[in-house]
Amino acid sequence: MNHRRRASPLHAARAGVGALWCVVYGVVALSLEHPLVLGALLAGVLAAAASARIGGQVARVLAWGVPFAAVIALVNALVVREGLTVVVRGGSFPGLGRLDVTLEAIVYGGVLGLRALVIIGCAALLTAAVDPDELLRAVRRLSFRSGVTAALATRLVPVLARDARRLADAQRSRGTADLGPGTRVAVLRAVTAGALDRATDVAATLEVRGFGAGRRPARRRRPWGRHDLAFAASAAGLVALAVAAWLQGWAPFEAYPRTSAPLGAGVLVLTGALAACVLLPFADRRGIEP
Amino acid sequence: MSVLALEGVTYAYPGTAAPALRDVSLAVEPGEFVVVAGGSGSGKSTLLRAAAGLVPHFHGGTFAGRLRCGGLDTREHGPGALAAVAGTLFQDPETQVVMGTVRAELAFPLENRGLGAAAVARGVEEAALALGIAGLLERSTHELSGGELQRVALGAALAGRPRIVLLDEPTSQLDPVAGDELLGVLRRINEEWGTAVLLAEHRLERCLPAADRVVALTEGTVSFDGTPEAFLRARAETPIARLFSLAGRDERPVSVKQARRALGLEGVAEAEPAPAAPPARRSPRAPAALSLERVWLERAATILRAVDLRVGPGETVALMGRNGAGKSTLLRVAAGLERPTRGRVRAAGRVALLLQHPGDYFLHDRVEAELPRGRLAEAGLSHLAGRHPRDLSGGERQRLALEIVLGGEPPAVACLDEPTRGMDRGHKDRLAARLRALAAAGTAVVVATHDAEFAASFARRTVLLGDGRPVADATTAEVLGGGWYFATQTARVLGGGALTPEEGAALIAAPAPLPLEAAP
Repeated sequence: MNHRRRASPLHAARAGVGALWCVVYGVVALSLEHPLVLGALLAGVLAAAASARIGGQVARVLAWGVPFAAVIALVNALVVREGLTVVVRGGSFPGLGRLDVTLEAIVYGGVLGLRALVIIGCAALLTAAVDPDELLRAVRRLSFRSGVTAALATRLVPVLARDARRLADAQRSRGTADLGPGTRVAVLRAVTAGALDRATDVAATLEVRGFGAGRRPARRRRPWGRHDLAFAASAAGLVALAVAAWLQGWAPFEAYPRTSAPLGAGVLVLTGALAACVLLPFADRRGIEP
Repeated sequence: MSVLALEGVTYAYPGTAAPALRDVSLAVEPGEFVVVAGGSGSGKSTLLRAAAGLVPHFHGGTFAGRLRCGGLDTREHGPGALAAVAGTLFQDPETQVVMGTVRAELAFPLENRGLGAAAVARGVEEAALALGIAGLLERSTHELSGGELQRVALGAALAGRPRIVLLDEPTSQLDPVAGDELLGVLRRINEEWGTAVLLAEHRLERCLPAADRVVALTEGTVSFDGTPEAFLRARAETPIARLFSLAGRDERPVSVKQARRALGLEGVAEAEPAPAAPPARRSPRAPAALSLERVWLERAATILRAVDLRVGPGETVALMGRNGAGKSTLLRVAAGLERPTRGRVRAAGRVALLLQHPGDYFLHDRVEAELPRGRLAEAGLSHLAGRHPRDLSGGERQRLALEIVLGGEPPAVACLDEPTRGMDRGHKDRLAARLRALAAAGTAVVVATHDAEFAASFARRTVLLGDGRPVADATTAEVLGGGWYFATQTARVLGGGALTPEEGAALIAAPAPLPLEAAP
């Protein structure tokens, strides 16, 4: 997944604001546990991605994240010993004790998986919709070396993925019809070794481009536009709603000992307000052309 | 004052006893275009890295002597400071572009120097215009081809208007068209900006016409320092120089134009290019090692269009054509890495395919783990058994990868994709001999290449691909003898009567007139 400038309000917003909005979105998902709210936030990610014309890319990343979320749910169900409703009696194991699986642990595992998906979606939004070079320039003013390192790590991911595909092709073309586990491990090792080689080459390139001089880039003045203001306001609104929900208990959720997620008026209002806050900045389509 | 001056520089990499540079002294004057020649491991890259300050600041090791680049002593200034006076370009385009867009990439070195926004913007525009990449400025770097990436990297190296540009085989990963374009840009920058150029390159025939001087390195020492003509007199390293040397002539022209003038062919029109030969008709009953019947491959675009190709056992075929013509894809289809959309691919046995990056075949830490000792001995690679595959030279890697791909039993078909990129002449000669031996043992050999000299050295048949289908299919002499781009240097000098320097020398020495037509 790579950033490409598209005609959307999120792409039109300055990189700092766009990144802040995506990060705030993820933090809000971390602060709330009610399944309805998390479900709405996940739907919001997909709707935002579609509005930003990167729906397909974000959906693919989320599809990749589903097994990851399932693993989280499974591990929680197997590890957590809380909850009153036992659905599977796993018996006793030496050193581990009883391995009973409870309905509450399964549900909470699902909540954790759902939350992970929202965060993965936010990360995908950030990667696809926020200009990494502009973000890097902003970050370099604060922490020069960290900014460059982060940007390079992002750029090298697709390069390494291409390396891995090439290596797999090379193994197939030497007559290894089926890449068995041993070959796969060897390919992984070779990709890792190649990554180190590449890292050394990139480090040499950075040196000869004057990176070692370590001067901070000059500030670029850019007036705040309508989309900068809209996404900044949206981020502030999301934070305000999350804080209010936490203080007022608008989205009550208890995982143990018995799962409780009441669908009161507070939850419904909060869900609606969050959805509006997320999607409103996308309503203004003026000045979004690249 | 010299823009680059080395005085008795000796350098050894960490953990190695033998120095990579031994008592090297030389100077490059402002505006000079200097080509650094030498075989693999001769110290060319180390010399350039020393000039850029990477040696010893980045690589470590033991450094003796003095090196001043742009007036800065590398013992006191690291590569960050030297970047203001020297632009540097390496081989691999992928690892030389560090930002997401072309504009950001060109701005990066200027920002590192602390220039203001206006100066950065101006520097970016000027570099983009000078290198002809203004149209790429808003493009993402991951969308660019290798040639475009290398041009962008050169733009980043030149954006700060350095006094000297240091280039370490910048065309070795590029196809010849992109390589020629890059060398053309360099020549223009040298002539119009007066920027000094220090270029290490294997493709001497391409860059010597632009050079003022050649410095040759042998085992870390300067073994030659003089004009290109004097260099070719001492070492016939280009096809034209070999042609004249074999013909017993004293001249050593550096270009086709000079060669034709020396032979008195100036003003004499070349023979009319032979019309594109139609695809050869081969009997469908003849045994085929590989046959493609009406093969189509369609992705977002159509890559192969109704390709019919039969290759017999022991046949040697060069597959040529411009970038995007479908050469690599055709080999991938033949080897089963790609499934055709329509049509049929049949092979008489195993199809071995050597892809463009030989390093991709190495999975182990030692050469002897990649290939049994017996096979190493057969391939003449025993001396490399204890080495790490990644430490081998480009030519050695290619040979090892080829032996890995060929496996224990000779395959029915061996396909090689651009095997000579970045290879010096010695390794090319050895590879051609290996392919001929393979064909003599009954293996059909199909090589996709842009290298007309290499094609002439091993292939009896050449297939020219255009727009996904064969547009010419005939003997190599027919296809490469009458072309302008798809032609050897010897053929360009002699107008198509000979392909190799050996054939050309015989033609020059023969009492019969050269096969050229007088201009009207």
